[in-house]
Amino acid sequence: MVTIIDYGVGNLASVQNMLKRCGFASQISKNPDEILRSTKLILPGVGAYDSAMEKINEYGLFSVIREAASNGINILGICLGAQLLLEGSEEGILSGLSLIKGTCKKFDEQTIAPLRVPHMGWSDVQFVATSHPVAFYGEANPRFYFTHSYYLHCDNPENILATSFYGREFTCGIVNNNIVGVQFHPEKSHIFGRQLLTNFATL
Amino acid sequence: MRRVRVIPVLQIENRKLVKTTGFKSPSYVGDPINALRILNDKQVDEVAVVDIGATRNKKRPDIDFIHQLASECFMPMSYGGGVDSLEQVSEIFKTGIEKIIIGTAFYKRPELIKEIAQKFGSQSVMVSIDIRKNWLGSQRVFVLNGTVDTGQTPISYAALAQGAGAGELLLQSIEKEGSFKGYDIELIERVSKSVNIPVVPLGGAHSVMDFFFAIQAGASAVAAGNMFLYKGTHKAVLINYPDQDNLIQNLYNKI
Repeated sequence: MVTIIDYGVGNLASVQNMLKRCGFASQISKNPDEILRSTKLILPGVGAYDSAMEKINEYGLFSVIREAASNGINILGICLGAQLLLEGSEEGILSGLSLIKGTCKKFDEQTIAPLRVPHMGWSDVQFVATSHPVAFYGEANPRFYFTHSYYLHCDNPENILATSFYGREFTCGIVNNNIVGVQFHPEKSHIFGRQLLTNFATL
Repeated sequence: MRRVRVIPVLQIENRKLVKTTGFKSPSYVGDPINALRILNDKQVDEVAVVDIGATRNKKRPDIDFIHQLASECFMPMSYGGGVDSLEQVSEIFKTGIEKIIIGTAFYKRPELIKEIAQKFGSQSVMVSIDIRKNWLGSQRVFVLNGTVDTGQTPISYAALAQGAGAGELLLQSIEKEGSFKGYDIELIERVSKSVNIPVVPLGGAHSVMDFFFAIQAGASAVAAGNMFLYKGTHKAVLINYPDQDNLIQNLYNKI
């Protein structure tokens, strides 16, 4: 069973809706037993880093998610959910889930001028870790919908799953064995997102 | 290659797809759910659905119907029409919609924008600024379906919206709406320069070339209604959207 982790943050309905469109049943839950019994976990998220981590800590999900990760359950973080997989963010002071080494950094408006922050819209995505099954692409030139002001930064380049470009190149997908995170919104990215979620759900 | 969002705007009233001209005389165009399915197939960047009857008829947002619409959408979707409280916004976001468009409510209660931005982030709220000339011939912001003059200039109103926490501005020219005469480029230029949040023009687009002119003038994305609903000189209803090759060649590669 795919479980979408409900910690009071993020757009759960659209993730569930897209999974249904891909042909996968899912449940929305914050119950530790249900989470640990799942074969796949999706960690969505929208909003500020610290308020999301506060919720995760408040619901006692910090250790549950880390336990699920060490049990080998596949985890997909989406948008802020991907950022939470790292150790922290320039946006806040709280520690992330630290399942992948790195931190989130803010787009520098000087570097990307005349583009504006947040990056809101579609961008082409290059999958770097092409051997990872989530990265498999039937569709040529996949593009995805983004909305973010902070981008993922891995300490180790081997954790980079995918990159994109917005006034500068940035990491938009991260991977560490069973842990995957994507900055974009597969649930809002037509056939490209459908393919990615199908890849993940069939891992 | 830089992509910019090209956003079809669907007007609905009593669960029907309609289209106005200059904010007047809505004509029936079809079924909104069917329209959304077609737009999905065409892989549109984003869609905005605006219930033009909600505020005028003092109706609350039709949450059940919004939910039906959201379930059909595998792309970003925003909703506007009759939203005037944070509770309504929460309910709408639960259906799977991620952005709310606020028009009249911002004029009546500007704090609403701050409340939404604080709870859901600025990216989740867009302020709609509807502009037409007043009887003296000066451009002013109008609310309540273009019937009430706020007395504010586009620039001062845009500054207020940005200050309140709006993530984007939907800059709509009432005179151009439904006209196919091209965007009000001069207005886009002035307003984009005055704020640092994305400005999305609406009203008058006729071709991909118009999108290019709007982006050149400082818009961050573009929106249109008529252009995606009608085809040909006789305005036959045909939901359409430029294909990728067209957008890449005539828009993305030029900016």
